[in-house]
Amino acid sequence: MAVEHAASEVPTATEYIKHHLQFLANKEASGVIDFSVIHWDSVFFSVLLAILFGASFYVAARRSVTTGAGVPGKFQNFVEMIVEFVDTQVRDIFGRTHPYIAPLALTIFCWVFLFNFMDMIPVDLLPAAAAGAGLSHLKVVPSTDVNVTFAMSLTVFALIIIYSIKIKGIGGFVSELTLHPFHSSNIFLQALLVPANLILEGVNLFAKPISLALRLFGNLYAGELIFLLIALFTLSAGFGGLTTLSGWGGVFAHFVLGLVWAIYHILVITLQAFVFMMLTIVYLAQASTKSH
Amino acid sequence: MENLAQVQGMTALAVGIIFGMGALGTAIGFGILGGRFLEGVARQPELAPLLLGRMFIVAALVDAVAFIGIGFALFFTFANPFTAGLTG
Repeated sequence: MAVEHAASEVPTATEYIKHHLQFLANKEASGVIDFSVIHWDSVFFSVLLAILFGASFYVAARRSVTTGAGVPGKFQNFVEMIVEFVDTQVRDIFGRTHPYIAPLALTIFCWVFLFNFMDMIPVDLLPAAAAGAGLSHLKVVPSTDVNVTFAMSLTVFALIIIYSIKIKGIGGFVSELTLHPFHSSNIFLQALLVPANLILEGVNLFAKPISLALRLFGNLYAGELIFLLIALFTLSAGFGGLTTLSGWGGVFAHFVLGLVWAIYHILVITLQAFVFMMLTIVYLAQASTKSH
Repeated sequence: MENLAQVQGMTALAVGIIFGMGALGTAIGFGILGGRFLEGVARQPELAPLLLGRMFIVAALVDAVAFIGIGFALFFTFANPFTAGLTG
């Protein structure tokens, strides 16, 4: 906790948590929805991780070695494992590979996994370094930003609508929303049933992006908050506690609790990236095949 | 002052209910999910990896609304919009 900057200003528990939950924004939000606010730290880390993922996979593809010319290196094997894994999922659901959806699924899986992986970095490390460089707040996990997760899920939602219209036509898309699940051959009864169908299918359609975004956000937000709470309750004595026995007890408790939660969190971050990818593939498959 | 205390008390109660109901639903859901998975693997052990993958997918879907609730509950705890309406 920032005792080194102002010895008279040790933050209280709520202040510590509130400070860590605030983004490095260009201005204060003037309400729940304010489109002029930019979270510089989310933008920076998401772009940085995108460059990291894109550049390393590109280098692996460029330097890839096929049979006869040499033995594939470890990184190429690793990249091939991930690409094959994603391709298997796409084949399972689509029945064939897809030139656009498979790379989209790969990007979503790796990018969301890298976002989530930033949560494994000790919670005070990068913000303290940033405070040394003059930045007041820093949140390093982009998927704890509702804006980032909604950006990804709204993009997927736009793709769902585009694929639906492209493959089923506008008439097919509208008829799927208005003529299912209640169907009747009598045209007057059908016209009466259209509002009920629209409500049911509309909820189904809009629940897709909202649940995609909020599932990832909720999981990562809760995980980060628990790391903060573990740090808060066990290390509240600060560096001065290292001279006392209770201080060392706190360090030991922090190690144990932090380790347990971090190990569970490894499962959570991988699972959430996998589920985001799988649901994207499933929604796009539903959009591009005529069911019913 | 008393209004603030009442709003804060109600918010704390609401946060507790959100967490509790979410935990209740998730626990029952995962129990049923895990039980069906074990039955499926007992019937056809060769399908175990496939069923495990599908189980994790459904587990994330079961979890989703509970985590959405946790997100809102934590938002109410640390940036309570109801008190902002009172004092601001």
